[in-house]
Amino acid sequence: MENKLIASSSPHIRNDETTQTLMLDVIIALLPALVASIFYFGFNSIILVVSSVASAIVTEFVCEKIMKRPITITDLSAVVTGMLLAFNLPASAPWWIAAAGSAFAIGIVKQVFGGIGFNFLNPALAGRAFLMASWSSHLSTGFIDPATDAISSATPLSLIKSGSIGQLPPIADMFLGNIPGVIGETSSILLILGGIYLIYRGTIKWTIPVCYIGTVAVISLFTDGISLLPYHLFGGGLMLGAFFMATDYATSPITDKGRVIYAVGAGALTMLIRKIGGYPEGVSYSILLMNILTPMINRYIQPKVFGVAGGNKNEK
Amino acid sequence: MSTKLFTFKGGVHPPTNKTITQNVPIENAVDPETVVIPLSQHIGAPCDPLVAVGDKVKVGQKIGESKAFVSVPVHSSVSGTVKKIEQHYVPGGSKVNCIVIESDGKYDVHESVQPKGEVENLTKEEILSIIKEAGMAGMGGATFPTHVKLSPPKDKTIDVLIVNGAECEPYLTADHRIMLEKPDLVLLGTKAIMKALGVNKCYIAIEKNKPDAIKILQKETANKEGIEIIPLEVKYPQGDEKRIINAITGRVVPSGGLPMEVGCVVENVGTVATIGNVIKTGMPLIQRVVTVSGSAVRNPKNLYLRIGTSFKDAIEQCGGYKEELGKLISGGPMMGIAQFTDEVPVIKGTSGILAFSKKEADIPESSNCIMCGRCVEACPVNLMPYKISRYAIQKNFEAADEYHAADCIECGGCSYICPAKRPLKETISVSKKEILARRKKAK
Repeated sequence: MENKLIASSSPHIRNDETTQTLMLDVIIALLPALVASIFYFGFNSIILVVSSVASAIVTEFVCEKIMKRPITITDLSAVVTGMLLAFNLPASAPWWIAAAGSAFAIGIVKQVFGGIGFNFLNPALAGRAFLMASWSSHLSTGFIDPATDAISSATPLSLIKSGSIGQLPPIADMFLGNIPGVIGETSSILLILGGIYLIYRGTIKWTIPVCYIGTVAVISLFTDGISLLPYHLFGGGLMLGAFFMATDYATSPITDKGRVIYAVGAGALTMLIRKIGGYPEGVSYSILLMNILTPMINRYIQPKVFGVAGGNKNEK
Repeated sequence: MSTKLFTFKGGVHPPTNKTITQNVPIENAVDPETVVIPLSQHIGAPCDPLVAVGDKVKVGQKIGESKAFVSVPVHSSVSGTVKKIEQHYVPGGSKVNCIVIESDGKYDVHESVQPKGEVENLTKEEILSIIKEAGMAGMGGATFPTHVKLSPPKDKTIDVLIVNGAECEPYLTADHRIMLEKPDLVLLGTKAIMKALGVNKCYIAIEKNKPDAIKILQKETANKEGIEIIPLEVKYPQGDEKRIINAITGRVVPSGGLPMEVGCVVENVGTVATIGNVIKTGMPLIQRVVTVSGSAVRNPKNLYLRIGTSFKDAIEQCGGYKEELGKLISGGPMMGIAQFTDEVPVIKGTSGILAFSKKEADIPESSNCIMCGRCVEACPVNLMPYKISRYAIQKNFEAADEYHAADCIECGGCSYICPAKRPLKETISVSKKEILARRKKAK
């Protein structure tokens, strides 16, 4: 036979899912919340998202060119990082804040460590932390109240922090997103919808969001009681964090058991920061802290190899 | 029927592609003009030829044999003249000594081929000897000599026989058709093996996507004590012997151990039916059912082929290639072996011949591991494929060993499921080979 046959090792078939289709699923899941943010916070939302995404893609391209790595912008992971970073900004933030945050997220947090899969922190959250440290005034004060369009409105969680419980918005507004906050976090119902889509598609597993939200719910019930429970769940960044940030593959544990520990830890840290820490909200820092613990969780929580008595060799 | 579905933890769900051939009855293949019969088609010692160039041989005549215990004889699948005894490529990829026989088209049957009588009248030893003399080796693909499997050491007690009709590899429907068309032979073979092992319990395990086979065998075994039909969840690699033992009995075969260590023997249903045929007709293993399928085959079929028929002949009987061939596989798409030529013979372990078009054969380029954990979830042995693969690529075989690379069953589920299309199983296999070679050297 003149025709050369491919003689590779088995298996000879692959499933259709690729990194790109997984990332596309995340983008689709984020779209409803993006629409809501434009509706509630105006045109600047879209400017922030576009500049953040554009900066993420350009940074990824440039870094990979410099480091002579294959160009991976088509896997869409940079788009996801860009969107998530923008979702973490107040509506009044200038466009260059978004661009700077994304550049840091992709350049420093992702590419320096080896690109997709090798980052030890969630790039978008680390980017946000970088912005907080560099331009905190742009990040912690510029919230807009969609109801009045007034700037610097306090978020539900900061109202709880300052003890102004009487000024809390109605629960329905929180569900829909008609409250002050960063642009992508306020519409709980649409974020949950996106999260359910991801679980239905098998892109993420239910373990992390359910355990994370569950832990926050239980702790807030015990500390603040049932009346403040909806505000702890839907008044801050919990839905965005639990469904879209804490589930980042590279920075969350690889086994289900590990994911439970990680998510419960993130939930406990979130409530610790909210109740005792200096910030009204603790979702992003709690996830970053659990990101750091992930390699250790992966080290100690391993699946037990079939038929091996007395535990895996590398655990001894 | 029991509503409980038996299964294992992990696994993947590749498209089964079985509808292509599952309703195509087994067709007797066109008689080959020449057959190339390898003297080693099994695990164990290769046979020495019993015939010389120029000899006349008959159908079923023993033409190769070894004195070693772990070996089985080979038989002529045609009558005719021995033309050559030479090295020839076999589906395993290596060159093996083969007996080339030109058929005279008469199919004269050798005198030694005589019905063996009723199982009731045969002793345990007689059955084992019949099985060995018939050249029986595991026809699911592993080709381990059957009589060796059925002769456990004295200190091991076997209490369960599992007849493996899972056929979890995509595309393959040969076992399915055998169960549908030859349930009597399956039952006869089962009875013989049960007697040879001295066991009273047999499970015939079939994946739920073959309800017709489950029904027929349930009917066939309705008043047979000790034989139970077990419907299995449709999941790959459900037919792996350690998975199937665990699914049915809950027993865990220890790492590196054999099924007999937990009192089980697993036999492929095609092997069992062939043993039934050996008892009934006396004809040794010279023919087998092979699924010929894949996107590049014009008319996919289940063919009853004589051992030694070339892949090329088999495919020609299925209308030939309908488009440019990209990959030719002996076996299933998950664990089969890719061939570099179609001039290789069908052997005892050839369960399928798959011809893939260029498009179907295409494996996308791999990218960075994204740590999604799908391989960990899919691994039926609970390994961490992404990690072992990383060590294997670094040639850090000590670390790969620490993570139990040697326990990999090479099912390929990890590579199949990987969204980054990483060659996980491929690299783990390399480290497994290296680890096993080093262990052997250290002994």
